[in-house]
Order: sequence, then C-alpha cells, then structure tokens
Amino acid sequence: CLSNTDTCTRGGSTLLGYIGIDTIIEQMRKKTMKTGFDFNIMVVGNSGLGKSTLVNTLFKSQVSRRSAGWARDEKIPKTVEVKAVSHVLEEGGVKMKLTVIDTPGFGDQINNDNCWEPISKYINEQYEKFLKEEVNITRKKRIPDTRVHCCLYFISPTGHSLRQLDVEFMKRLSHSVNIIPVIAKADTMTIEERQEFKQRVRKELEMGGIEFYPQKEFDEDMEDKNDNDKIREAMPFAVVGSDKEYQVNGKRVLGRKTQWGIVEVENPNHCEFAQLRDFLIRSHLQDLKEVTHNIHYESYRAKRLNENGGLHPISCNDTQESNL
Amino acid sequence: MYFVLVIIPSHYNHCTNRKCLSVCFFLQQRNLEGYVGFANLPNQVYRKSVKRGFEFTLMVVGESGLGKSTLINSLFLTDLYSKDYPGPSQRIKKTVQVEQSKVLIKEGGVQLTLTIVDTPGFGDAVDNSNCWQPVINYIDSKCEDFLNAESRVNRRSMPDNRVHCCLYFIAPSGHGLKPLDIEFMKRLHDKVNVIPLIAKADTLTPEECQLFKKQIMKEIQEHKIKIYEFPDTEDDEDNKLIRKIKEKMPLAVVGSNVVVEVNGKKVRGRQYPWGVAEVENGEHCDFTVLRNMLIRTHMQDLKDVTNNVHYENYRSKKLAAVTCNGVDTTKTKGQLTKSPLAQMEEERREHVMKMKKMEAEMEQVFEMKVKEKKQKLKDSEAELERRHEQMKRNLEAQYKELEEKRRVFEDEKANWEAQQKILEQQKLDASKTMEKNKKKGKIF
Repeated sequence: CLSNTDTCTRGGSTLLGYIGIDTIIEQMRKKTMKTGFDFNIMVVGNSGLGKSTLVNTLFKSQVSRRSAGWARDEKIPKTVEVKAVSHVLEEGGVKMKLTVIDTPGFGDQINNDNCWEPISKYINEQYEKFLKEEVNITRKKRIPDTRVHCCLYFISPTGHSLRQLDVEFMKRLSHSVNIIPVIAKADTMTIEERQEFKQRVRKELEMGGIEFYPQKEFDEDMEDKNDNDKIREAMPFAVVGSDKEYQVNGKRVLGRKTQWGIVEVENPNHCEFAQLRDFLIRSHLQDLKEVTHNIHYESYRAKRLNENGGLHPISCNDTQESNL
Repeated sequence: MYFVLVIIPSHYNHCTNRKCLSVCFFLQQRNLEGYVGFANLPNQVYRKSVKRGFEFTLMVVGESGLGKSTLINSLFLTDLYSKDYPGPSQRIKKTVQVEQSKVLIKEGGVQLTLTIVDTPGFGDAVDNSNCWQPVINYIDSKCEDFLNAESRVNRRSMPDNRVHCCLYFIAPSGHGLKPLDIEFMKRLHDKVNVIPLIAKADTLTPEECQLFKKQIMKEIQEHKIKIYEFPDTEDDEDNKLIRKIKEKMPLAVVGSNVVVEVNGKKVRGRQYPWGVAEVENGEHCDFTVLRNMLIRTHMQDLKDVTNNVHYENYRSKKLAAVTCNGVDTTKTKGQLTKSPLAQMEEERREHVMKMKKMEAEMEQVFEMKVKEKKQKLKDSEAELERRHEQMKRNLEAQYKELEEKRRVFEDEKANWEAQQKILEQQKLDASKTMEKNKKKGKIF
C-alpha cells in the first residue's frame, strides 16, 4: 500500500514518513517484464539418455533440437558438435529467450578422448564474445548474453557408479560453468537401487573434487546455506522425461505408459523431476545467471587480462549494466 | 528251360524281381517284417550322453551396468554372482579382462557343465579402441586348444571349452546401435554365434521397444552382420515358433534376482512405485523366449553350429596358413595339394635337417673357440715368461746396487773408524801434553 501518512512507522524503521523505497521492486519487475531475459542451458550426455525429452518436459514446450526439425534416427556424428536452438517463451507477461545447446556425439564414439574439448571451446568462446563487447569503447546498451548459464550433465543409470568419461568431463568443466548432474531415465531403477546409486555417485563426485552447482563456496549466508544443503543432499536428481499425457485417477498427467503401470513424471514418489524443475526454474534461475556472471565469467576475464593477449588494459571501474 | 528267380540286392542298379519295391539308384526303403529294435537307437544315444554329461560355454559381453550378471542368474536360476561373490561388473576394471566361471548344474538326472565367460571393463574406458581384442584372443585360444587336442595322438579326453554362444548386450538408448556395438559384432560374427539382446528393457515402452528393434535390425542388415540364425526344421509347428522368435529379434530382456508378490503369486520381478515388471511375463519382456531358445530348444544347435561352422572356419584358416607358398589360402581344406599327414611328415623332415645343420654349425663354432682359447693361453704364457725374465733382471740390478751401497758403507765405516782412531790419538796426545804442561806448570 502506498499511502502517505505523517505518523507512519513501518516495520521498526525510524523513518519519519513514508518515502517509497520499497517501490523499487515494482519498478524492477516492470523493467524485467519489458526487456525479458535470456537463459542458456546446455545438455550433455550420451545419445539416448533422454536429453531432448527432458528439456521439452522442463519447459513444457517443444524446444529441443530434435523437435526443431532434426530427424529422430539421425546418424551419430563422428565428432562432437555443439548446436544451439533458441525460442522465446512467455508466461505471466514475462518473456524469456531460452537457448538450448545440445551436444550430439558426446561419448558415443569408440575412442572418446578429448570429446569434452569442443564443449569447453564453445563455453570459452561465449565468454570471449561477452568480454569483447564489454571492452569496446562504444558499448551496446544491453550486451547479448550467450554465455552458458547452466550445464545439465546426464549420468547413465547403470546402477553401479560413474563412468570414467563422466568424471573426466565434470572435473574439467566444473570450474568454467555451473554443472548440474542428473540421473537420466530413472525409471530403469527401483527405489532402493536409486538410493544406492545416488550415494555412490555423490561419494565419487566428492572424491574427485567435483564442485557441482550449487557450489558450497558461494553460499552467501546461513539461509542460503541451509536451503542449498538440502538440495545438495538430494542431488543428483533422478529424473524421467515425457511429453505424452495419460489419464491417471481422472487427471491428465505427463507420463510413460508401460505394460505394468504408468510412470508419472511429476509425481514425487515416482521420480524427482518436480524437484529438479522447481530448483532449476522456480528458485535458482536467477542465481544460476548470477554465479555465471559474477564468478565463472570473472575468473575467465581475469585469466584473459592477465595474459595480456591483445586486449586493452582497462581501469578498475567496472560498472556494468545488470544483465537481467 | 528254367527261369531262375533271382532276388537282386538293392544296391544293384536294376532288378527284375517283383519282390523289389522300386527301381532306383539309391538305398531303398524297406518295410520290416518284424520288430528289429534299432528304433531304440536314439534312447541309447540319449543314455550315453546323459552319462557323459553336457558342456556349454556362454559368453556375455556388454558395458558395465547393463544387468549381465543378473540375467545370468535369472537364466539358470542359480546365484552365480551373489553378494558374497559379486560379479565382475561390481569391480571396477581399467582394462578389458576375460574371466570365466564354471558351474555344475543337475536337473532330472542330466548334468550340465556351464561355463560363463564374462568381459568386465568392456566399453567402459574413455578410449575403447580395440577393446574387442581380448575377447577375440580368448575365443581363438579356445579353438586352438581344441585343435591341438584333436590332433594329439591320445585323444581320450577332449574337453570342449569353445565358446558356443555370445550374448551381446545393447544399451536401451532407444535410438540405434552405437559405433562400438557395430564394430564388435562385425569382428565377431564369423568367430562365434552372436545373439544381440536389448538390456534393461523395462526402460522402454512397448512402442519405443518396437521402433528400437526395427532400427537395430535395419542397422544389422546394413552392416552385413551375421547374427545367429535359427535353423528351419521340418516340423511345421516348430517353424511357426521359430518365425515368431525371428520377428522378436533382438530380444528385449529384463533380469531379476528378487521375488515379489503379484496377485498372490510369487514371481521374479522388479518392484517400482508404479507397478511390478515381471521377468517371466511374455508381455513385459522377451526373457522367456530367450530362456527357451537358449536352453530348451537350441542349445544343441548352437553347439553344432559352433563345431561345424565357426570352428571349421578357424581350423581351415589356421591350417592353410601353415602350408607353404603355392597353396591358395582361399581353397577349402578339401582341395589342399598336400594332406595334413604328409604335410606333417615334411615338416618333421625339415625340422630334422634344420637340427643337423644347427649341430654342424655349433661344432664349427666350438672348434673355433677352442683354437682361440689355446692361442690366448700361449700368448699369456709367453707374456708371463717375459715378465719373469724382467723381474729377475730387476732383482739382479737391485742386488748389485745394494752391494755397491754396502761397499760404500763399509768404506765410510772404515774411514770413520780411522778418524776416530786419529781423534783418540789426538786426545791422548792432548792429555799427555796437558800433564806435561801441568807438571811444567807446577815447576813454574
């Protein structure tokens, strides 16, 4: 309420009158809605782990590369390719430009040495593009943000442990991008198998020193730490994706129909898709972007500038426009 | 005039006797007039085989985590791999190994020695080039063992350890075969019976499974991979069954060691929150088809094909490589110009000649060495003599020196003594003069 009263003391503050500082939130919201925001998500994993289906399910629309025209039984490429597809989604007046970056061919060859290199190169190229824009003398008002905000890494549900390739990839990329490991096709495992597998995977991630998002070192305060601890305990999320709907108990739900039952995607007893979606989109979307901008991008920038590889040294005054 | 009725036995080309049933070139089928009893022959074969027992070697290949150990346990209803003795896939391997485990199963008086060959580490590394090589080496080595056993003089016991069947596990991606799958099957389809299976088939819905199977069969045909084919039998019923099996290839299987209760019945299955996937339910997966095919109907055929086709391929390749130049290696062994025995004789002769030559050479070398040694000894003897002389001369020289020195010394001594004498004399003289002086002094 924006009433203007003389003798108003709000919430323990010592204001002598109502100023209206709290309307900043409303102003920011209006601005965000007008400009919209970017979100770039990358999916990495062997072919056949349900990456495209999961992305479609997450954003409840056909946003993956497969739906954008590539055939379902397209041949596995000989080298890892990085393909990006963009869509504009709108919800509640808020516009989001979603870019899904797919990596076909990852881990599918007989010899998978260095298959992470094209991906690493792509990520660094996006940072480089942004850096160049920043360093320009006449800068654009809003630098287009193509940096990868989040990388979903799909773990194959073998039930035993992480594969060598998984560990190698995550080790090398956890310092340049936010990695969220996800157990794909979770309907392969019973609940006990799933718990055991998760524990083993978490232990292996710890032993390998792999810091997945949300990283412990970036928790800002106790509240954050508590929330994130709960999430870290439950990761990696075991998910099932589907874009088909079935009738269950009178409701229409997204699911997979098998001969012995229907796997409901959004049922927390069946799989952890709902948790992943809430975490990724409903609570930590902005945080993902901030960590990418403030931490990963900054460390890349510092490295580049220290190399003095052809960039003008700039002053310490780094005021930038907020990239909402 | 007599007409002689001659009953001509059936192996002559023509006969005029009415008792012969037909005029033909081959053996005639005769109707028996009484019970002879050789219809019992199959029973005799059966009894003998049962006494001997059967052997069967099954190889399972696939990436870790595809449920190979669980499937083996389900197939043979034994815990080959259990919590106390975990299967090879539970242990992390850096390189591909080939491990075999034997188990003796008895059922209805029939004994089966089952050997399971597992390949942990297959396809698990980052770089999987040539991960099929250990598998190929294993299969070849077993064929070689059998070949050697066959060629021995004493062939009483010929254990058959050849791999009769290879179950290849395909990951249920739903898309198609991976490059690794294609490479492996291409290299092994002419060495062993390859049966591709879709592992963990409860990941796929029925439609996805159909699409996947079609895609796989298409790719198998594209790459000309020869998987195990079921032979057609004369029986129509069997043929229908076989055709049904062929349509379902590759078989989509699910394995389970756990028994769950469904509608009051205890079945093997996997318990999910949304239902139970039953292993032995034909609508859920093709496990029963696989089991029936592998154990109940086609086990003997698998062994026969291994023996008649794969083993013979190996054998002819191996023996053709042994024969010398001049023989075209593409000819089958029936057309080789030398029979294996003659070949062996020649080899033996060659071998003996080689040995003789080597002997002669060695003798030569030996003689040469002896001469050398003698020469060396002579040389060293001469050397020793020389040194001896030299030392003697040295000694003499030293002796002379010493003599010289001694003489000098003696001379000096004589001199010194002479000097001493003079000194004494002088002293005496001096004392005498002193006394004289004293006396003289006293007088003063």
